[in-house]
Amino acid sequence: MKLIFELGVEGRGMTLMPECDVPEYQLPEERSEALHLPHVSENELTRHYTALCKRIHGVNDGFYPLGSCTMKYNPKIDEDMAALPGFTQLHPLQPIETAQGALEALHTLGAELGEVFGMDAVTFQPAAGAHGEFTGVLLIKAYHTDRGDTARTKIIVPDSAHGTNPATAAMCGFQVINIPSGVDGCVDLDALRAAVGPDTAGLMLTNPNTVGIFDKNILEITKIIHDAGGLCYYDGANLNAVMGVVRPGDMGFDCIHSNLHKTFATPHGGGGPGAGAVGCKEFLKKYMPGPLVVKKDGKYGFAYPEKSIGRVKMFYGNFDVVVRALTYVLTLGKSGIREAAMNAVLNANYMRVRLKDTFTMAYDEICMHEFVMSLVDLHKETGVSALDLAKGMLDFGLHPPTMYFPLIVHEALMIEPCETESKETMDEVCGIYCKLFELAHSDPETLHTAPHSTPVRRLDEVGAARNMVLRYQFA
Amino acid sequence: MNIPAELKYSKSHEWVKMDGDVAVIGISDFAQDALGDVVFINLPAEGDSVTAGESFGDVESVKAVSDVICPVSGTICEVNEALADAPETLNSDPYGAWIIKVSPVTDTEALLDAAAYEAHCAQEG
Repeated sequence: MKLIFELGVEGRGMTLMPECDVPEYQLPEERSEALHLPHVSENELTRHYTALCKRIHGVNDGFYPLGSCTMKYNPKIDEDMAALPGFTQLHPLQPIETAQGALEALHTLGAELGEVFGMDAVTFQPAAGAHGEFTGVLLIKAYHTDRGDTARTKIIVPDSAHGTNPATAAMCGFQVINIPSGVDGCVDLDALRAAVGPDTAGLMLTNPNTVGIFDKNILEITKIIHDAGGLCYYDGANLNAVMGVVRPGDMGFDCIHSNLHKTFATPHGGGGPGAGAVGCKEFLKKYMPGPLVVKKDGKYGFAYPEKSIGRVKMFYGNFDVVVRALTYVLTLGKSGIREAAMNAVLNANYMRVRLKDTFTMAYDEICMHEFVMSLVDLHKETGVSALDLAKGMLDFGLHPPTMYFPLIVHEALMIEPCETESKETMDEVCGIYCKLFELAHSDPETLHTAPHSTPVRRLDEVGAARNMVLRYQFA
Repeated sequence: MNIPAELKYSKSHEWVKMDGDVAVIGISDFAQDALGDVVFINLPAEGDSVTAGESFGDVESVKAVSDVICPVSGTICEVNEALADAPETLNSDPYGAWIIKVSPVTDTEALLDAAAYEAHCAQEG
């Protein structure tokens, strides 16, 4: 298929700009060559993107159980609200008296999410999850530095963590201390006690963890860190399992990020825009990125926290994502948020139990919003790997689960159905998974060469990683 | 699976060849098979000190990034820089593609011989 740059002819295009009604101005530095813009008609443009649309798989196409990514269905009313002209026509520099509604949206969502998180202040500046982690860990750093405690140089991260956690700690200038998980996938308390000390700046933890299990020792874990003088950071990647049921703040966490694009149902998977809202307890509020929205005498305005770490993104973050998340939160309400989390957990357990007699579960116990299967035995018996099975799913029009993660489970498939799937869909999917399991025994070759019916066959992932082509080469 | 009898091994799947007072270190056939196709290696620098049981670099495959754990302690006296441009040799020739050489060497007590390592691999599946 041709790229947009290879379509159309020189000079063809669409007049999108209205006639200029202000004096022309020459930029001080001229470009040495013209911008490479597509030269296509509106018709060609529409057909190009429609063709692309037909070749991809999104939540609007079918089941998308990508573990740890919370690919839930995004209600269309969220899009309607984000498309209101009052929001889309805003300029970030216009006087705040004329943007009171937008500030109210930020303020309202901050208060609502503060309630869900169990936190006292929320910022929407971070553009996505890892950016939120970075912001949260900078708050921890600012807290220690402000107290003159410069000996705290280490952040503890369990080995089941998302790769972004150790990367975040390193980016913030901390040394990463990796601690092993126990056989139950939870934090090994003895290893944690042995790891903490006067050099502990904090802990980064996801709960439920990456194997979909709620760490029953969570209060003990956060106490061990606090007793050592460190702070606790909650990676909200798995918040969908517990929102409205338990609050990270009540588990003993001091700050948190939440991927609004996952838990609060805004579109994701295409590279953004996302939003990594960061919440913190009152004692960290003075370090938050500025500005924060405040309400005074019935009017909304901006205020900079006293010892702010500074901006982490221009203006107010990805505001359109905030509007979608606000719509989601307000349409579900307090009981709906809780119900969504409980149905996410129920769906995961339904699929887990349907599949556990056929597949080997990495942890054979009640899970939260996702569960992990290990295909080590199947691989040994039939030569069919988790990758092969995942590729086989494509031929049935299903998006595969997350593969080979978490790293502590070999030949892992990690399944997160989300609350928005029906029993009928899950029944059908479980049937297909079992059919593929049988196929692995009866005709492994078909799975080694899958997929067969997709626009492209098995991609050369090794070649793509070793010889990266990251931009289009113009002639 | 290829487990040369003359080498020593660690439980984290690195091999060690003692060459006088120099330890030559790489990753085992089991390790490269479990990793899948290696696309990148993060090498340490000559002169770095290494500690048995601690990471001295990492390898990235299409599946994941994994630490390479040093099976002995000492100082790195040579790094196989050629791996940076050809990380795939870790897959095609795991026992030829050494990663670092360490000298002088201490903390070798926990190393396994080929038979013990083979038993360890069988256990890990």
